[in-house]
Amino acid sequence: MSGIGVISKRELLAYFSTPLAYVFIVIFLALSGSLTFFMGSFFDRGQADLNSFFSFHPWLYLFLIPAVAMRLWAEERKTGTIELLLTLPIADWQVVVGKFLAAWLFIAISLVLTFPLWITVNWLGQPDNGVILASYIGSFIMAGGYLAIGSCLSALTKNQVIAFILSAVVCFLFLMSGVEIVQAFFQPWAPNYILDAVNSLSFLTHFNGIIRGVIDFRDVVYFASIIGVFLYVNAIIINLKKGS
Amino acid sequence: MANNITISLDGLTKRFDSFTAVNNISFSLGKGEVLGFLGPNGAGKSTTMKMLTGYLPITQGRASICGYDVVSSPLSAQERIGYLPEGAPLYGDMSSIEFLRFVAEVRGFRGAERNQKVENAVSKLELGSVINKPIETLSKGFKRRVGFAQAILHDPDVLILDEPTDGLDPNQKHQVRSLIMEMAPDKAIVISTHLLEEVSAVCSRAIIISNGNLVFDGTPKDFAKLGPLDEAFRELTSEKSIKKRSNKKRSIKTRPKKENR
Ligand SMILES: Nc1ncnc2c1ncn2[C@@H]1O[C@H](COP(=O)(O)OP(=O)(O)OP(=O)(O)O)[C@@H](O)[C@H]1O
Ligand SMILES: [Mg+2]
Repeated sequence: MSGIGVISKRELLAYFSTPLAYVFIVIFLALSGSLTFFMGSFFDRGQADLNSFFSFHPWLYLFLIPAVAMRLWAEERKTGTIELLLTLPIADWQVVVGKFLAAWLFIAISLVLTFPLWITVNWLGQPDNGVILASYIGSFIMAGGYLAIGSCLSALTKNQVIAFILSAVVCFLFLMSGVEIVQAFFQPWAPNYILDAVNSLSFLTHFNGIIRGVIDFRDVVYFASIIGVFLYVNAIIINLKKGS
Repeated sequence: MANNITISLDGLTKRFDSFTAVNNISFSLGKGEVLGFLGPNGAGKSTTMKMLTGYLPITQGRASICGYDVVSSPLSAQERIGYLPEGAPLYGDMSSIEFLRFVAEVRGFRGAERNQKVENAVSKLELGSVINKPIETLSKGFKRRVGFAQAILHDPDVLILDEPTDGLDPNQKHQVRSLIMEMAPDKAIVISTHLLEEVSAVCSRAIIISNGNLVFDGTPKDFAKLGPLDEAFRELTSEKSIKKRSNKKRSIKTRPKKENR
């Protein structure tokens, strides 16, 4: 097990050592389930698929992922353990990646626990399980994007509440840039390439491609770059903020 | 000759914006030496230690541990350091044993070797009775000992302990001091403290800094010669004496050159 693995293991255990993990999982399951059945009119659509379930994920993540990410660095800074951690013989970037992977794995566990929904649709009809699998993978990758933003901003402050609000706001901007109202705002005056740029920055645009069942290479590259860029900035922030 | 030098600081300086917290500090320390690092609150002791351990960036000057520059090869330097940060921060939600295993794993020990290192540290610090309790429920003394155990676990060449006996009862102070003396012969140890008698008790050398400047470097005996300990300390670190010395551009150095090294 590498240094990254050691960090991840500790971090993942830390999630489950507080009630936060269980509360998160319960909220995630309850919300994603009820949104699917009630707001997503799962039954009325008369189709055996999980489209309505996945289409809520970008909105659910907006609040739930900043809640998962907020403690990653803010708590270390508050309790002073960051000094202990960063003076151990392990590179800063390994700690950043290790923490991120732990939180991502935690999201993966939550996603896997939604399997009863999958069983339900398979029991009700004959869904395209390939599309469902692609959607799960897409949702997981998108969660990584939210998480990298959350981890990065959590390094800015000792206060978890501030970390939560900051990440929710930034994630909101990334989400909204693909929504029609925002697009309509740019439409009248902005040249096409700006319109495209704003649109292509959006989580929504890329995620909607994936839940149609096609994992487009460009969508994956997009989320991977978001993760890469924000984790890189995360490491920089940690370095700059060490003293304070 | 130089191979016995384990810690070396050369013109080490730290500025926070325009404020100079550590000003041009130089000294070196060899195996077997225990350095008492003294100075009033805010003198720059912790800041110096944070630079030595690679936590804070250095503004000017250099520092090396066992020949490894802390800036250019931080990981090699950190492998050789055991560090107890000020206030002994620990992961409160872990138990002592989980925490020590974690530190051992980050330091690259696995399996039986890891368990043996942890067991060793646990028995040295007599942590056996609390090993499975969450750290946050431990008393201050035990927390400090867990922090200490974490620092000595890998049997490092260099120990840097920021106020290791702060807040401990007399018995535990005594225990920590005996432990330091027991480990002293084959390590270079730096301890910061506000207890002047601690210096005479465990240290082979004393350095006093004040407002970031080195104002005394010598043996505890030399220090005692300056008069009653706390008066001498007050005198050395008072505003006036610092001004006087900075005019002369020199600090008191009573430490004799050691030729035999
Ligand atoms: N991140 C920082 N930003 C600005 N100033 C700082 C920072 N860290 C420390 N200082 C200042 O540097 C000076 C030295 O602080 P340091 O913690 O090294 O003192 P110390 O000798 O350890 O004191 P004490 O005995 O109280 O622990 C203090 O004046 C402190 O306010
Ligand atoms: Mg201090």
